[in-house]
This record gives sequence, C-alpha cells and structure tokens, in this order.
Amino acid sequence: MSISSLIALFSPASLAVIAACTLYGTFIGAMPGLTATMAVALLVPFTYFMDPMIAISAIVATTTTAIFAGDVPGTLMRIPGTPASAAYVEDAYRLSRAGRSRSTLMTSLFAACIGGLVGVALLALIAPQLARVAMQFSSFETFWLACLGLSCAVLTSNGSVAKSFASLFIGLFIATIGIGVAVGYPRFTFGYYELFAGISFIPAIIGLFALSEILRSVQTRRSEQPTVATQESFSQALREAADTLRGFKRNIARSSILGTLIGALPGAGADIAAWICYAISRRFSSHPERYGTGYIEGVADGGAANNAAIGGAWTPALVFGIPGDSVTAIAIGILLLNGMSPGPQIFTQSPELVHTLYGAFALSNLAMLPAGLLVIMASSHIVRIPRRILMPIVLLFSLVGAYAITNSVVAIWTVLALGALGYVMEANGFPLAPTILGIVLGGIVEDNFMTSMLKAQGDLLAFFERPWAAALGILTLLVWALLLWRAARDALRRRSPASPKESHS
Amino acid sequence: MVRATSTTMMTAALALWTSLAAAQANEPEACSWQPERAVTFIVPWGTGGGTDANSRRLASLLEEEMGVPFNVVNRTGGNGVVGHTMLARSQPDGYTIGAATVEIDTMHWIGLTPLTYKDITPIALIDRTSAAVLVNQDSPYESLEALLDEARQNPGELTASGTAQGGIWHLALAGMLKAEGLAPDAIRWIPSQGAAPALKELMAGGVDVATPALSEARNLVEQGELKALAYMSDTPMEQMPKVPLTSDILDSGWTMGAFVTVSGPKGLPDEIACAYEQAIDDAVHSKAWAEFKRSRGTPVVFEGRQETAQTLAEADRQLGEVIKAIGLAQ
Repeated sequence: MSISSLIALFSPASLAVIAACTLYGTFIGAMPGLTATMAVALLVPFTYFMDPMIAISAIVATTTTAIFAGDVPGTLMRIPGTPASAAYVEDAYRLSRAGRSRSTLMTSLFAACIGGLVGVALLALIAPQLARVAMQFSSFETFWLACLGLSCAVLTSNGSVAKSFASLFIGLFIATIGIGVAVGYPRFTFGYYELFAGISFIPAIIGLFALSEILRSVQTRRSEQPTVATQESFSQALREAADTLRGFKRNIARSSILGTLIGALPGAGADIAAWICYAISRRFSSHPERYGTGYIEGVADGGAANNAAIGGAWTPALVFGIPGDSVTAIAIGILLLNGMSPGPQIFTQSPELVHTLYGAFALSNLAMLPAGLLVIMASSHIVRIPRRILMPIVLLFSLVGAYAITNSVVAIWTVLALGALGYVMEANGFPLAPTILGIVLGGIVEDNFMTSMLKAQGDLLAFFERPWAAALGILTLLVWALLLWRAARDALRRRSPASPKESHS
Repeated sequence: MVRATSTTMMTAALALWTSLAAAQANEPEACSWQPERAVTFIVPWGTGGGTDANSRRLASLLEEEMGVPFNVVNRTGGNGVVGHTMLARSQPDGYTIGAATVEIDTMHWIGLTPLTYKDITPIALIDRTSAAVLVNQDSPYESLEALLDEARQNPGELTASGTAQGGIWHLALAGMLKAEGLAPDAIRWIPSQGAAPALKELMAGGVDVATPALSEARNLVEQGELKALAYMSDTPMEQMPKVPLTSDILDSGWTMGAFVTVSGPKGLPDEIACAYEQAIDDAVHSKAWAEFKRSRGTPVVFEGRQETAQTLAEADRQLGEVIKAIGLAQ
C-alpha cells in the first residue's frame, strides 16, 4: 500500500467517517427489516459532499457492519436481519434461548471479522483473476449454482427429506408470484398491481420466523415459558467465543475463502455463500445431527462466509465496472461522479483509490469489533425481558420494519399470512429454512433457466456445453443423486421395523 | 439596542415583503407554491440504476432549492408498473412526485397495465439516453452492416439482450431490424433484468449482441472489453464521438432513446406543477447537475411542462407503432 493512501486512510476525517458509519451500519443492521442496501441508499446524499475516497470508505464500513449486525435480531428474536443470516438463525436463536446469546453473537462477530479480512486479502491478491472467472458465468452457470444453493436447504435441514422438499417447494411457489422475468406475464396477482412486484423477501422472512415464533409463544402457558435466568458475563462470553473460534479454526478458514469466491460470482452474493458454507460445514462436521438444534459450529461458518462475500462482491464492480448488487451499483455511481471509472485501468490509473478501498475494508472490519461488542452487551439484555412483554414489541417492530422496506401495506399482509403459514408448518414438523431459501433463489433459478432455454431454443444439452456449466451441473446432479439415495435408504430402514405397527393401525 | 434591532428587522421584513410582492406581480401565473413538509419522490426502478441516480441527485438539489427534505422511495417491480401506478394514484397535493420513464408509453401497449401517460401530470424532462449496438471484443462483426447481413442470412441464429421482454431496448433492436426490412426477431431477444446483467451475459459469451444505452456501457467500451458498432441517435455522444450513428449508416435512419421525466399524479394543480417546473429548471442548470451529467456521459437536457407532455404523447404514438409492428401488442 502506498504511503499517500495510508495517510488518506488515517486522516482524522476518514477515521471519523469510518467510525460513524460503523455505528450507523450496526444500528441499521440490528433493526429488524432495515437492510444494508437501504443503509447505503440513505448515505448517498451525504457522499456528494465527501472526498471520493472517504465516500467509498463510508459505504464499505456501512455494509460490512450491517451484514454482521443482521445476526443480532436473528439471534435474540429469531428475525434474521438479512437473508445472509437466515442460514443459521435457528441455531443462533436456540443458543440464545439457552442463555448463551452473548457468546453466540461474539462468535459470529469474530468470525465475521476474520471472514471480512480474508475477503479483502483475497480481493487484493487475486481480484483481476477472480473477476475473469466470474465473467465466464452466463445464465447456464448461474442456473446450476442456484440449484446447488437450493439443494443445500434439503441437505442441511433436520426434518425428513420429504418434508424438507415440501417446504422448499412452498418457497419456490411463493417466488413465482408477480411478473415473470422471462416473459413478463403476471402470475397469481389476481389483477392486483401491488403483487406485480412479487413477495418481498424481508416481510416474508419476518412472517415465517418472527411471527410464527410469536404465535407459538402465545400458545405456551406462562408457567411453561422458559425464562433465561442466567446471563453470561462479558469475560465468560469472550472466553467461550475464543474457545469456539480456536476449535473451529479450519471451518472459519474454509468458509472465509469459499465465501469470498462465491461472493464474486454474479447473482450469488452473501446469501448463497452463507447457505453453501453452512451446508458444507454440516457435511464435514463430526456432529451433523446437532445442526439446527442450537449448535455453534454452523454459526461460525455462516458468519464468516457472509462477511467474506462482501469483499468478493466488489470484484466484478472494481475490475469491470459491472455492479454485482445494488450496493456496488451505488458505489460505482459515486466513483463516476468523481471522474473515476472502474475497470482494469483503475488499478494503474487510480491505484490510491484501490488501496484506499482495501484499507477501508480492513479498517472497518477491525472497527466493527468494538462497535459489535457494544451492541452485543447492550442488546443481549433483551432476552431477560419477560416474553409476554417482549413479544408484542417484536411484533410491532416486525410490522413497521416490513412496511419500511416496501412502503406498502401488502408487506404487512405478507407478514401476517406467512406467519400463520410458518406456525402451521412448524407445528407439523416442516422445517422453515428451505421455504426461505426457495423464496430467495426461486426467482434466480427461474430467470436463468428460462433465459438459458430461450438461448438454447429448448436444447437441454446446452446446459452442459460450457466447461463451468458442465462441472457445476454434474456436481449438482451428484448431490441430487445422494439426496435421493438417502431418502430411499431412510424409507427402507423405516419400513422394516415399523411394518408391524403399520399393520396394527 | 433591542429596539434598534427590532426596527431593523421590521424594515428588512418590509423590504422583503415588497420585493416578494413585486416578484409576484411580475409573474402572472403565481408559481409561489412552497412545500411545507417532506416530499416523497417515487422511483419506479431499483437502487443503483440510471433513473435512480438521476432522481437521487435531483432530489438533493431540490432539497436545497425548496428547503424541505425530498425522500426518494424506490417502488420497483413489475417492469415499472408498480412504481408508475403508485405515482399516478397518489394524492395530487404536491407532496408526492416522482420519476416517470419512457416505459409509461410502452407498458400499456404490451398489456401490462391500463395506465398511460394521461394518468400523470408531466412537470419536466431531465434525462435522455440513446441505445447502442454492442458486441464482445472477440466478436467477428466489425460493423453494424456486417451484423445485419448475418441476421439477414441466418435469421434467428444471433441472440441479443439488454432489458425485459418488450422493454425499451428490446424495442430499439426489434424496431431497427423491422425498419431495415428484416424480421423483428431475426436477432432473438433474451430477456434480462436490466442493462448490467445483459452486459455480463455479453461478456460471458451468453449472447451475441446487447443494445442498452451507450452511456451504460461506456466504461467497458473504453476499456476494450466491448465494441460499440452503432449509436442509435442523430447526434454523437460527447465522450464517444467515434461511434457511428444509425442516422448516418442506416437507410431507414432509425434512432431510439429513452427518457426520464419528473411527473406528479393526475390532476396536480397548475401552481404546484409550475413551482416544481421552476425549481427543476434551476436545479438542472446548476453546476452540480452539469458535473453529475458529465460523470454519467449523458447531456444536460431540460424540457418544461408543455414540451414534456408533447414528448410523452409523441413517444406513445411512435412506440405503439413499433410494438404493433413487431407483434408484441396485446
């Protein structure tokens, strides 16, 4: 890193902005329903008055912390702040109910910090090469990648394979509501234009996870409600989190690297990164049966992966000026406004900008530690509030948050309808995570499938013609074969000892 | 002391009042409406896109101009139907305005919505961009003629992308093919969610051609990743004057562009529309706006209420013809 960019980065103005944006990102991310994208969009008017280097640092600091802070409402109230936190929300929430909210959040904070640092290190080392690979991804490759992501939902859930599939398809159905991307035809909208946009993700996640939990807590009698009597002390939680990190060193390293690589692929991002890393973590864990029941290993993996993916997502934006998501799109706009055009030349023409970007990433990941610890210590008192007082407040926040994201009353109906659906599903043993993943990835899968079919004019073999597509396709088919084999084995095993019972009834 | 201050203030207030009265007397139309609380600015497209960038920059300038906050709200989805409908259905009290784009003249023709430009009150036109014909750097086609020849000889072999089915850049391509005597689908359209995903597809070799706005691909063309075969306009782009113009090289002289207007709901009172028109006029002719436009590679344009209404009506008629000609009309 050049001296001038170091000086720029450590100037009082730059440090103040990074500190302010770290707190701001933590706040927005921790509010249920407010997303990282929204936080950055609200920043835009302020960036007009900033030096471009400082503006970029502000965006980087905000997104980095907002993605971590999304874990806070997820862990404490079962409302994942971002889709990226949804992969491991069940584990984190159960740990928190068991009185371990602080150590869980600290684990996810430290994992996020390490993931973020690995992400920026990889960005600095191999951004141009990584971007070249990412630009090989057409609709065929993206389709297979999204399919692989979908399979993760079934791979990681604890329910029966059949019920996981059912849950996944409920999510995929919900994703078809609205105008189809490929042919532009409205589906299941009943002529109601507000539904043209489809079911937004944040209201859906709030309904499925938060409202269903509220409904369930209404049902349990007060005496039966578990109260969290003991709260870990700061040092106790810190020690525990450090132990967890030490125990799962290899997990965090694996998920950080994989998270960055997946984040760099167009259309994938932090969401798919967290899910795939969580699934891989479970596959190679020595305790796969404990996933989803309040086990810390998956939290460490997912937490590292989604923050690593943020760094990865900057590769196509930086190297080709093609935004990977709306956050990088806003950032590109700011760069253009200041006469800098992202592209291969930016590395030679404005190296100070690239270095500032890397520096800002590293710095904000470190600044996130104190800010995160502060939020954890302050917010973890929530678990001691009696449930009969906490739950109505959570409901209020959920509805306001859902409304804020779309400015539409439809969002509130979505929360209510999906809350009821989530309650019924959980009461009957259907896992919720696959539904969420179905909603997130349904549109991507469909869009890329239709696009590919239009390109190939219906020739299915075209899905295996390009090298990356063939590799991902075969991998996906292998995973599916494994799932089918496991389902068949389960069915057979269940039938033999259970047959006398069946004849009895 | 106190007395002196209050006298000074009185005098100042009186002077201000007389000057205001004089100003009002000079302008018979009385564009003196002032928002007293925050204004909502609806954007029917996503964060990070061209319409969004224009709207956010304008909103921040209007804030300075009018002294109240302008909250930009992205109401996306349904190929723009949702946001445009929200805008048209809001209260015409001046506290909700928004960006209405060229799509308001296309989506009713393809049967997405009954909404037309008659359901909004145009205030000003603030952005114009024209389409480009782009191919990958290693593409065998060096000119638009070569590309069209290939499409003429092997119709349906080549694919193109840029936006959704029936979106403005689809019409740009299909309309050009039709105008040049080819079948409108001689180059097959592959729908995408916008210009950025389409450019990604083009670079990944997923499609052969892309026809988004030239300004959106400027970077990639300058870096040599993509080749710009033509610019669908009759005036060259300031930053890229070497790109051939379709008005010169095509027999039909085909051009196609998109625009962004600032509009209010139907029935917006004249004095409110007029006040916004003036404020936008000032904002668009500021130095900050000129800088912003230069960064995006698009010219500073401004049309007032009357002109914008004419532009909308004219575009509606022309685009309707194109949509019917290429068989997308419902």
